[in-house]
Amino acid sequence: MITARYHREIPQRYRLEAGKCLACGHLSFPPRLVCPECKAKKFETVTLSDEGTLVTFTVVRVASDKFSKETPFPVGIVELNGGVRVTAQIADANIDELKIGQKLRIVFRRIQDDGKAGILCYGYKAIMA
Amino acid sequence: MRDVVVIGAGMTQFGELWNKSIKDIFVEAALKAIEDAGVDHIDSMYVGAMSPGLFVGQEHLGAVMADYLGVTPIPATHVESACASGGASFRQAFLEVASGASEIVLAGGVEKMTDGADVTEALATAADQEYEVYQGITFPGLYALIARAHMERYGTTREQLAAVAVKNHRNGAKNPNAQFRSEVTAEQVMKSTMVADPLRLLDCSPVSDGGAAVIVASMDVAKKLKKNPIRVIASAQSSDTIALHSRKDITTLNSVVKAAEKAYKIADKKPADIHLVEVHDCFTIAEIVTTEDLGFFEKGKGGEAAEKGWTSIECKRIPVNTSGGLKSKGHPVGATGVAQIIELYEQLNGTAGSRQVQGARVGMAQNMGGTGASCVIHILEAS
Repeated sequence: MITARYHREIPQRYRLEAGKCLACGHLSFPPRLVCPECKAKKFETVTLSDEGTLVTFTVVRVASDKFSKETPFPVGIVELNGGVRVTAQIADANIDELKIGQKLRIVFRRIQDDGKAGILCYGYKAIMA
Repeated sequence: MRDVVVIGAGMTQFGELWNKSIKDIFVEAALKAIEDAGVDHIDSMYVGAMSPGLFVGQEHLGAVMADYLGVTPIPATHVESACASGGASFRQAFLEVASGASEIVLAGGVEKMTDGADVTEALATAADQEYEVYQGITFPGLYALIARAHMERYGTTREQLAAVAVKNHRNGAKNPNAQFRSEVTAEQVMKSTMVADPLRLLDCSPVSDGGAAVIVASMDVAKKLKKNPIRVIASAQSSDTIALHSRKDITTLNSVVKAAEKAYKIADKKPADIHLVEVHDCFTIAEIVTTEDLGFFEKGKGGEAAEKGWTSIECKRIPVNTSGGLKSKGHPVGATGVAQIIELYEQLNGTAGSRQVQGARVGMAQNMGGTGASCVIHILEAS
């Protein structure tokens, strides 16, 4: 991954920074230039909750080449407290125990890498709360 | 807008076409369509393709294909809307003829997926690259998220998912252009390799090469050629959030609901007026969700409908994917939306052979991109 492309997502991937619409309060993650709810264009930066609930999940058993050594790995949609939903891997979990409605917590983890000479890419994963 | 009709169609065999290049495949389909229509020229052309840049390292596909089809200097444009590229290509041709800008336009689609690219990675570019794919999710994975939620909310079962694959293989076995011309049992589906829980290999459409093309024309042209024209009575398109997780309800594809509302209104039809539908069954769960969202079945009942055979050719409640669908016919991504139109063209002309829906006069094609971030719907009617 080109360093600039990785670098500009760091506030979201490392710190869960979202854009809160100053007009209607809607949270956009990642931040946007136009509020999808009320179309206003002014935001303040807020940090999302690191606690949430599992909305749905799967276990990826056939991955792209980049993730092929990681399989099988669970991925879910997590609704963070406050309402924002994110797609995240569920780490350190017993696959058979995963349940919709499960309480989860967001943690900082290594997500992927660019091979031997490339940068290591970090971000959020979810773990059982 | 004036009346627009389809007057010719052609497609290649779908499958692993190792001896044919992307150019060979597209030109073969286009030549068949031109010959079938009996036209001596085309005014312009569209080439639907999802990602020739990633699959074969070739972009600028409009010009590439116009050159190899031998029709330069006509306008030729590559159209991309992920897996809905074919439907979007057809819609561009429709709009160009409807507007009066052209009389005869070729709408084609093609994909060459077996030339060695990382197909899983290439297909994943139809999702949000930074906030879905970055986490390692795949397309089967995204549809598995929908499937799990649908099962939890509506009680959709593993057997109901399998019923979709069994029915589509049964139809595809009767389609000479299908990639898989073999039937499968529910047991085979449910014992096939797990890809992304709960979806297994036989819940997934395959990796395919293939091309499809139709000739779209004005009614005046059709009359001069003395063709039995198939009218395009609605063309509608909608979009939705690129990321599945941004949707309030992930068991409903809102782009499908919205495009269908528009299409029914334009055509002045309702679901009960449709005699057959080709839906975008990239995964078995997609057929269940789309048959609900198109209004053929109550929300949550799509699985039951598949299991009870209400979507089979014989049942006639609403025959779904008489071609075999993406599941059995194959899914060369950019060609799929055009191939759906070809199935309607054959059915409405009464030339679908052993797949024929008796008395079919009105057909619908529903083509979508990503997890439904794009949806293109057409309704065709026999004159």
